[in-house]
Amino acid sequence: MKKALSVVLTAAMAVSLAACGNDGGNAAGTTDAAAGGAAAESTESGAADAGNAAEADNGADAGSGAAAGEAFKIGGIGPITGDAALYGTAVMNAAQIAVDEINAAGGINGYPIEFKFEDDQHDAEKSVNAYNSLKDWGMQVLMGTVTTTPCVAVADMTAADGMFQLTPSASSTDVIANDNVFQICFTDPNQGAKSAQYIAENGLAEKVAVIYNSSDVYSSGIEETFIAEAEAQGLTVVADEAFTNDSKTDFSTQLQAAQSAGADLVFLPFYYTEASTVLKQADGMGYDPIFFGVDGMDGILGVENFDTSLAEGVMLLTPFAADADDEATQAFVAKYEAAYGSTPIQFAADAYDAIYAIKLAMETAGVTPDMSVSDMGSALSEAMPNITLDGLTGEGMSWEATGEVSKAPMAVVIKDGAYTAM
Amino acid sequence: MKKKTKDQLITIGSIAVLYLIVQILVKTGNMSSLMQGLLVPMCTYSLVAIGLNLCVGYLGELSIGHAGFMCVGAFAGAFCTKVLQGTIENGTLLFVFALFAGILAAALSGFLIGVPVLRLRGDYLAIVTLAFGEIIKNIINVLYVAKDGNGWHFAISDAKSMSLAEDSVWLINGAKGITKVPRLSGFTAGIILIVIALFVVYNLVNSRSGRAVMAIRDNRIAAESVGINITKYKLMAFTISAAIAGAGGVLYAHNLSTLTATPANFGYNMSIMILVFVVLGGIGSFRGSIIAAVLLTLLPEMLRGLSDYRMLIYSIVLILMMLFNWAPKCIVWRQRLAARFQKKTTKEAV
Amino acid sequence: MNFLTYLINGISLGSVYAIIALGYTMVYGIAKMLNFAHGDVIMIGCYVVFLAMSRSGLPALPSVALAVVACTLLGITVEKIAYKPLRRATPLAVLITAIGVSYFLQNMALLLFGADTKSFSPVVNVPALKLADGALTISGTTIVTVAACIVIMIGLSLFVKRTKAGQAMLAVSEDKDAAQLMGVNVNATISLTFAIGSGLAAIAGVLFCSAYPTLTPYTGSMPGIKAFTAAVFGGIGSIPGALIGGILLGVIEIFGRAYISSQLSDAIVFAVLIVVLLVKPTGLLGRQVHEKV
Repeated sequence: MKKALSVVLTAAMAVSLAACGNDGGNAAGTTDAAAGGAAAESTESGAADAGNAAEADNGADAGSGAAAGEAFKIGGIGPITGDAALYGTAVMNAAQIAVDEINAAGGINGYPIEFKFEDDQHDAEKSVNAYNSLKDWGMQVLMGTVTTTPCVAVADMTAADGMFQLTPSASSTDVIANDNVFQICFTDPNQGAKSAQYIAENGLAEKVAVIYNSSDVYSSGIEETFIAEAEAQGLTVVADEAFTNDSKTDFSTQLQAAQSAGADLVFLPFYYTEASTVLKQADGMGYDPIFFGVDGMDGILGVENFDTSLAEGVMLLTPFAADADDEATQAFVAKYEAAYGSTPIQFAADAYDAIYAIKLAMETAGVTPDMSVSDMGSALSEAMPNITLDGLTGEGMSWEATGEVSKAPMAVVIKDGAYTAM
Repeated sequence: MKKKTKDQLITIGSIAVLYLIVQILVKTGNMSSLMQGLLVPMCTYSLVAIGLNLCVGYLGELSIGHAGFMCVGAFAGAFCTKVLQGTIENGTLLFVFALFAGILAAALSGFLIGVPVLRLRGDYLAIVTLAFGEIIKNIINVLYVAKDGNGWHFAISDAKSMSLAEDSVWLINGAKGITKVPRLSGFTAGIILIVIALFVVYNLVNSRSGRAVMAIRDNRIAAESVGINITKYKLMAFTISAAIAGAGGVLYAHNLSTLTATPANFGYNMSIMILVFVVLGGIGSFRGSIIAAVLLTLLPEMLRGLSDYRMLIYSIVLILMMLFNWAPKCIVWRQRLAARFQKKTTKEAV
Repeated sequence: MNFLTYLINGISLGSVYAIIALGYTMVYGIAKMLNFAHGDVIMIGCYVVFLAMSRSGLPALPSVALAVVACTLLGITVEKIAYKPLRRATPLAVLITAIGVSYFLQNMALLLFGADTKSFSPVVNVPALKLADGALTISGTTIVTVAACIVIMIGLSLFVKRTKAGQAMLAVSEDKDAAQLMGVNVNATISLTFAIGSGLAAIAGVLFCSAYPTLTPYTGSMPGIKAFTAAVFGGIGSIPGALIGGILLGVIEIFGRAYISSQLSDAIVFAVLIVVLLVKPTGLLGRQVHEKV
């Protein structure tokens, strides 16, 4: 019986293999003529079959874009399941809003955009799967990925394919190691250094404590440069305490250490989900220093049922605040709330800007949907350093050729349950 | 030919045939990027599942820490590659060295954890392997290794104490792990590793040692009374099992350009996922493990069209598959169905 | 003084682990299975209370009662659909189905309630206890959790010892087949165990979320694993063992973080667990099983 079953399963497997093969086949088959030019991109480092893979796919991609003809195909990748689902969902939703707006206003260079978002569960391997699946769909530009570790893996794939990639929120410097990748968010070292400078220049505190997530690339990346810069600025780091993804419920020990070391400012370089617990526990133990956060802290006021009085006096450096009074932000927030029933977080704003940055770069470079992926990629990479975008996350955003964004961070403080500029 | 040998030849033969089919599909451009991208992960999980099946099916010990061995293998392998990258140019040779390093490290950790732990029974052993996996993950996340003009620098949990020179190169950078790992894994390498692993485990279970291992599984006290050295055989099987998982780790590490230890890839969730492959495929059946690993790696990707409902459907399918495969009522029903089918065919033959 | 504060924090964390561990240990003792979905039943319980309180404006106690009912029903349904058909199969098969159920509940919650973080408002309204002129504070939640833990532990012990259903549970956990021969309805007894375990999960969830108020669809999984570790620590299957194991685990975690290294606190907890199991292979209060030839 076992054997019969395994035969059935093997058959099922073979069928599914064949089925997938056919998918690819159709795409490539319809467009073999157009595919010729793109076959030149093969990876040197890959083993034999990896190289072949790259060739075959580029062919399929360039082709199916041309066959579908009249639209730019932009793909997005991020976690929409798993415990980082919050961030991926925000990016997916906001990007969709931007795409709909652009399409309603006549598209890019006269062509509409097709947008497709794939789940990666915040895992590098799944992210590469998502990327490949989008490639099969005919993606020409990648807006993603949302989180850092998967992004580093995917950036390697886009570099091999010459595809233009713009990440809304993956903030490590490893992400932009390749020429084809650009960032909307600040890099981690940048945030750490800026925060330390801000604290020192405004004389907010002398003794600072840091609590960070040592198993998270984003958090530990900021912590590293913050400490280096804080010492350079003459601040004393009295406590440097960590937590991990596996123990992020209880922060009493870390807070206790900060309190007994006499810190008058606690730097919290991590996301608001954990920060809301930290604030609550600090309140419970009667510890009331200045809490200073980074862009991941944005969103804390939007947590359902959160007692915002706990966040009173929290300061953060963030490029986006959902209750800013400029027109663009208000329009975006209203649209987002109407469509998805929740207040957009900074990830959403980054994604919205990312789509508009792609639009601007495409218009500057004058690309058309029938270009091959790598031609479009190099055209867009060349155009990026020349554009200036007034987005939700910054006025006059511009990009270095390295991929790093330059925009001014905004320091805000939470007063009466709302962000107030400092 | 013995039935067992025939069975094993069928397994290896069908792998060879599948390999050829895949190669033809790839060469003729008839395979989607998604499928091509999935080939190496499928091999990785098949390998680790083979390793775990040796532990669960033949040694009879439940381990939910095999992702830990995979993690050790992955980091040791990738570390070796990064160190040797400058000296050895040939990718294949580099990968072989990485394999040796990864397998050796995983085997060593399997041995070290096995010595004290194998005297525990059942679920207690399981929880210790789980603990081991979590410890490994935690330590790797705070491990810093760098190289500069003054030589090597190591630190645990405190990177600032390392006082690096300007020209330093990070090899393992805490939570960032190892970045820029050359992508040396390929489908061919994966298949070769699977065949070698199958060869090793088949030879083992058919050998004198293998029979000793199974005797211990079936009745430890009886086995001991006939003079079988329990500790020795248990350790041997456990170490080999860990080594195979380590090989899977090396394959994993060289498939993505970045290697970090997160709960998703090396946490207990992954260990349990591998256990799912083993149990679903049939405890003790290596072929079953491979089929289950391949199917369950494919399934979530095939469900991508369902977007939001993808993982929900996946979990339902998983439960249904388990019920279908293991529930006594389902087994009876399947047997009846099979019997009716056979009757029909024999009738037709007559 | 820091030492005492850390100790109190440890007990407070540990009491939450302990109350979750009770559910694990009960189900394990009777059904001999690791119910990996237990943590996710806890999460569902939290969502029920959250929705009842913040959306429908119910007061705390009826909300908790509602959650207990919901979780009990959920536990019975899951048992009926996913575990019962596998009763005669290998325990490993049930373990895997439990994983499937765990994924199912997480993804279901993700679809129903969304990925956004919710902030759980504390259900417990007991004032904090201040000792030594306010230098030491024991929060109300901690007091209630420890009290609830002890009450539940005593209640369960009495239930098992004094009632017929409890005796049936004991009999089933000793020897299923013999119990059946003696006229015990094994299936009903196991279902009852799941019902009680899941009802307890709701209470555990409420206390957990009152202490650590961040609620997401994945809230249950990590405390679930930690509590399972605690149950093993204390000797799985033993009701007082779950309490002791839980509290010790919490204290070790906090002390490890405070005095050794905050980065390595997970590793420290698990290393202590390994050492304990090597010295006492069936946990602190586990029964020594003698094998017969």
